[in-house]
Amino acid sequence: MRVALFATCIGDTMFPDAAKATALLLTRLGHDVVFPSGQTCCGQMHVNTGYQPEALPLVTNYADTFGDISIDAVVAPSGSCVGSVRHQHEIVAERYGTASLCGQVKTVKAKTYELSEFLVDVLGVTDVGAYFPHRVTYHPTCHSLRMLRVGDKPLQLLRNVRDIDLVELPEADSCCGFGGTFAIKNAETSTAMLADKIRHVADTGAEFCSAGDSSCLMHIGGGLSRLQMGTKTIHLAEILASVESRVHA
Amino acid sequence: MSAVTLGLPSFPPRSPEGAGFLRGAEKFPAAAHHELANAQLRRNIGKATHTIRAKRIHVTEELPDWEELRDAGSAIKTDVMARLPELLEQFEAAVIARGGTVHWAADANEANAIVTELVKTTGSDEVIKVKSMATQEIGLNEHLETQGITAYETDLAELIVQLGHDKPSHILVPAIHRNRSEIREIFLREMPDVDPELGDNPAELAAAARKFLRHKFMTTPVAISGANFGIADTGTLTVVESEGNGRMCLTLPKTLITVMGIEKILPTYRDLEVFLQLLPRSSTGERMNPYTSMWTGVTPGDGPQEFHLVLLDNGRTAALADKIGREALNCIRCSACLNVCPVYERTGGHAYGSTYPGPIGAVLTPQLAGMHGKDDPNSTLPFASTLCGACFDACPVKIDIPSLLVELRHQKVEQSGVTAEALAMKAASYAMSSSTRWTAAQKAAGLGRIVAGKKGKISTLPPPLNGWTAARDIPAPPKQTFRSWWDSDEGRAALDQARRGAHPDSDGKAEK
Repeated sequence: MRVALFATCIGDTMFPDAAKATALLLTRLGHDVVFPSGQTCCGQMHVNTGYQPEALPLVTNYADTFGDISIDAVVAPSGSCVGSVRHQHEIVAERYGTASLCGQVKTVKAKTYELSEFLVDVLGVTDVGAYFPHRVTYHPTCHSLRMLRVGDKPLQLLRNVRDIDLVELPEADSCCGFGGTFAIKNAETSTAMLADKIRHVADTGAEFCSAGDSSCLMHIGGGLSRLQMGTKTIHLAEILASVESRVHA
Repeated sequence: MSAVTLGLPSFPPRSPEGAGFLRGAEKFPAAAHHELANAQLRRNIGKATHTIRAKRIHVTEELPDWEELRDAGSAIKTDVMARLPELLEQFEAAVIARGGTVHWAADANEANAIVTELVKTTGSDEVIKVKSMATQEIGLNEHLETQGITAYETDLAELIVQLGHDKPSHILVPAIHRNRSEIREIFLREMPDVDPELGDNPAELAAAARKFLRHKFMTTPVAISGANFGIADTGTLTVVESEGNGRMCLTLPKTLITVMGIEKILPTYRDLEVFLQLLPRSSTGERMNPYTSMWTGVTPGDGPQEFHLVLLDNGRTAALADKIGREALNCIRCSACLNVCPVYERTGGHAYGSTYPGPIGAVLTPQLAGMHGKDDPNSTLPFASTLCGACFDACPVKIDIPSLLVELRHQKVEQSGVTAEALAMKAASYAMSSSTRWTAAQKAAGLGRIVAGKKGKISTLPPPLNGWTAARDIPAPPKQTFRSWWDSDEGRAALDQARRGAHPDSDGKAEK
């Protein structure tokens, strides 16, 4: 399958390891991974902050970049960016775009997937042959959970990772408090939510807190770092891309 | 005859400023700051919302057709909003036909004036009240007070709030922010003839309230209520409650005055079938609410002999005029969204500054009362959410609150004109609309590594980003963006290795 990687703006710039892991994982699974260099950002920050006309060029750019018919699927290591493509692009296109853009947006959104969805629903794989000998807890980010309804797909994938010690996160489905510009506009409330999330992460005794969204991990990781807690954050893709080094390699 | 103006459509009026409680004194972040500092409040709210949340999940999961009920509730309310004018006229005619009197109030001021006049006509200077969001919204108790009329709340939690000279902080559990020792202190201080030995266990507190309220029920000739539902085809009004105090008010006094928001209409009596299942399960986590009172006009010799219905707009037609935002009018005030909201859980209801707190309040309040520029506290409400979506999942009539919040943010930004944020967003849009410009911007972002220094993280940023770094570090931007890795020899080699990993046989041969 010819799979285009959507690295997302924050993934490309700040958290390239999650995008690298996605590319390597899908390549290892036998797919032809391409990175259309015209890609930038899905526009979620603009839409969620109230700037819909400003999101239009980004929606257009996304549709143009991934509209290429040789691309079978677009995969992003981010539930919230895929959520934006799926639920917001049409709203922006219908309000401010042309009829042809509306059509393009519909076509492209239908082939855009979050990583765990793509692996489980499209490829039918729950064991990706990963090896990760660590204690891990998983935070199911809000947009993956409630916009995309990925359900337990990430957990199905994690349960099949060799030697992983997967521990349940208490109150896993409560928001970490990031919410994009919410973290700045309502910094104190955001911090109060983060404090509870970090307490729950600490309760698991995990070495790694994992999630399917780099932005939520930036928030949780930012708090863990400030408190100098030992727990590290890691994107789901990075765990799934980890393999036991071969003897001959 | 009224003058006809051609060309300029006039928008329906919002709730007037200065009347009632649809606008707080402070913006949400500032109000939240005070509430977040109150550890007792956070404990009380956290405990209460978690308890109700668990009960709600239990009683909704046991219904095999819960999702269908939600769909039905949503469909009925959407239909109501689509033909509200005709349903209201049908309802009005039915109420009058059964001996009720109908009054129309465009806003809080009109509604307060109508009710005051009605109470004065009875000659009473005291009224008893059934718990009602509509009368709180218009500030009726406070208005009556200025007119020399004392209103007594009879719902236990409302009574606690009233005696505590406090404001409700939850739609359904108005005293959710109080614990029982605080309640005991309020009773001791404010209730006449209370036993000074009063303990703080719920039974003793309830008994003290009962004694106080019984006297009021037996001696007050006028009651004021809200309504959960108004049935268009029969003219029937409905109040659902847990304590029975509401029913006492609805049956004992000689005069009953009901203030009902115009959106509370249901087309037919049969529609109650859906809502009487949805409401108690969503609000208190009960299968059925203990008391469902219904009345239709007046019945000689039984119950109040005079019934007045005040139909309240107060910004509702303004909300109805917004084809996206009108969905908020479907709300049946169950408060399920409050109980699951992580923001409400931390800040409590007072931070929202309105009779309607929590996620639904964040969309309903700005629509009813408007967002008047950047200094209006109401303009900060649509931003008081992480858009986590828990409210949408919990809503019994499937109101897409996150999408409504996003729409209101859009409306607010459209009204705000040029701001520093707007300039930054426009600049970001420009930079991100072409990959050439975006790649250049990424290089500039790499400067963050200099700020981060040797420790590899950024712990202080200038305003407005200092809100982030008050509690969170930001990692230094990596040396290499993904796209430069992708184009690098290192990237190509890694992908090549992964490709060989995809075909272990050929890989093995190549290695040998």
